[in-house]
Amino acid sequence: MLRARSFLNARAGLLLAAAVALAACETKNLPDNAGDLGLNNAAPGSQQDFTVNVGDRVFFETDSAVLTATSRTTLDKQAQWLARYVNHPVTVEGHADERGTREYNLALGARRAAATKDYLIARGVPASRIRTISYGKERPVAVCNDISCWSQNRRAVTLLVAPSG
Amino acid sequence: MKRIAALLLILLASLALTPAHARVEIDITKGNVKPLPIAITPFSAEPAQGQIARDIVAVIDQDLRSSGLFAPIEPAAFLQKVTDPDIMPRFEDWQLINAQALVTGRVIAQPDGRLRAEFRLWDVFGAEQMTGQQFFTTPDNWRRVAHIIADAIYERLTGEKGYFDTRIVFVDETGPKSKRVKRLAIMDQDGANVQLLTRGNDLVLTPRFSPTRQEITYMSFEGGQPRVYLLQIETGERRIVGDFPGMTFAPRFSPDGRKIVMSLQQDGNANIYTMDLATRATTRLTNSAAIDTAPSYSPDGTRIVFESDRGGRQQLYVMNADGSGQTRISFGTGSYSTPVWSPRGDLIAFTKQSGGKFLIGVMQPDGSRERVLTEGFHNEGPTWAPNGRVLMFFRESLGENGGAKLFSIDLTGYNERQIATPAFASDPAWSPPLN
Repeated sequence: MLRARSFLNARAGLLLAAAVALAACETKNLPDNAGDLGLNNAAPGSQQDFTVNVGDRVFFETDSAVLTATSRTTLDKQAQWLARYVNHPVTVEGHADERGTREYNLALGARRAAATKDYLIARGVPASRIRTISYGKERPVAVCNDISCWSQNRRAVTLLVAPSG
Repeated sequence: MKRIAALLLILLASLALTPAHARVEIDITKGNVKPLPIAITPFSAEPAQGQIARDIVAVIDQDLRSSGLFAPIEPAAFLQKVTDPDIMPRFEDWQLINAQALVTGRVIAQPDGRLRAEFRLWDVFGAEQMTGQQFFTTPDNWRRVAHIIADAIYERLTGEKGYFDTRIVFVDETGPKSKRVKRLAIMDQDGANVQLLTRGNDLVLTPRFSPTRQEITYMSFEGGQPRVYLLQIETGERRIVGDFPGMTFAPRFSPDGRKIVMSLQQDGNANIYTMDLATRATTRLTNSAAIDTAPSYSPDGTRIVFESDRGGRQQLYVMNADGSGQTRISFGTGSYSTPVWSPRGDLIAFTKQSGGKFLIGVMQPDGSRERVLTEGFHNEGPTWAPNGRVLMFFRESLGENGGAKLFSIDLTGYNERQIATPAFASDPAWSPPLN
């Protein structure tokens, strides 16, 4: 039961998180007026297009870096999008929920980012285009005290980096 | 090095006329010790030193009370007004109010502007002086003098080293939970004299004291590159520890202060490395397709305890300092992390997750005699007082507006107390003795 509920909440979290991401996006040098655009009006090739129409994040089970079927579907779409818009390097941020100790969560976030990176590479994104970083449990997007929030925080987020030059 | 200003210590001649056997002592190895009634009399002083004398007595009182081992008696109950601390007190007056120990003292201005602070500790029922000391120091150093006097009283009555003249480095936390600003901070063990050491531009985590220098090792996300750093407390000078091809984290010093032991993240795995700070030579100690992290040396430097999920869940392992002989020591229900070896060598403290709770516990280095000290929604990251009798840790409170606060607890599991901090605070690390 726990697992099923967690999974449902993770899906609900995906939609919620898409909205959160507009505010939480930390990628520099991208136009930040994209939040004014409607969901269907995101400029093709923009972070908002990527976040809203592709899905910028995948979610994990507790203590796991295994990509779920839902996650693989999202990453397939990410890889397709990145094949179409080849200018952007990406940073994959790995995160953990707060129900773990600090050092372990740093490593767990890194493991999630690495699993995400490996999958994108296997789907044709050049390794040189992908950087990873782990924030452990330091950057939660949801701050309530139950499974619905923790499952949103166990995530790997793909952020577009402005093209160099 | 202003705060470590020289303190001159002189033993005061004992006033006991005949050798008597001290009766008053505390066995702190037993749980829930009944606090020892102690009378701390106002220190005599000229009016110009009156406030400092009162402040010193207040800090001694607070230190001893906070240990949970002493019950300072309300001054209103005192029958004798001690005016000259060099004269034998009227022990029968102190016996009547059941003071087991008595502290007298004075503060005197010296011609050169310094202060002379002195105290005597008396065994009330043994009717003799137990110890007497005097210190010369600058007036701005009064708080340290008070802590040193409290340490001397604690040591004489318990037989253990005191821990009041020590400091805590920790992470000061402000701002919303989803976007915390974290700064390195340092304070006295009682929460006084908080100083921020970083400005909050970069995420900083897990500061740890050098055992030998005024130096901290910690992790910082500066420049978007999470790595282990060294920080000189007095000068603010920083440097990166080593040149590793990935995130370095979970640093601690070796007991001789010469090495840093830490984790290096490569792809999905974290392994444990040391770096010699003088030669910059690095040594890989673990080589597993797992998360090996949170290493902590035994005080003799021969062994290292760490956590690993190589068996599925996080468990504690001990290895020799060269990486050989890796042996699992934790076998209870749940997962174990953040092990820290006691400065006495006899115990390892840890965080344990079990049944949806986060506990702080201790076990012997072979994994036997596991004991829980405190449990709740989220307790994490124990650190030992230098005498190995008290632990500090952080506790997260619930909710969007919740956050971490620092707590101390006796090794017996009693006397849990919150340490006052200006904001939320996490990742405490206790300093070695300052003197």
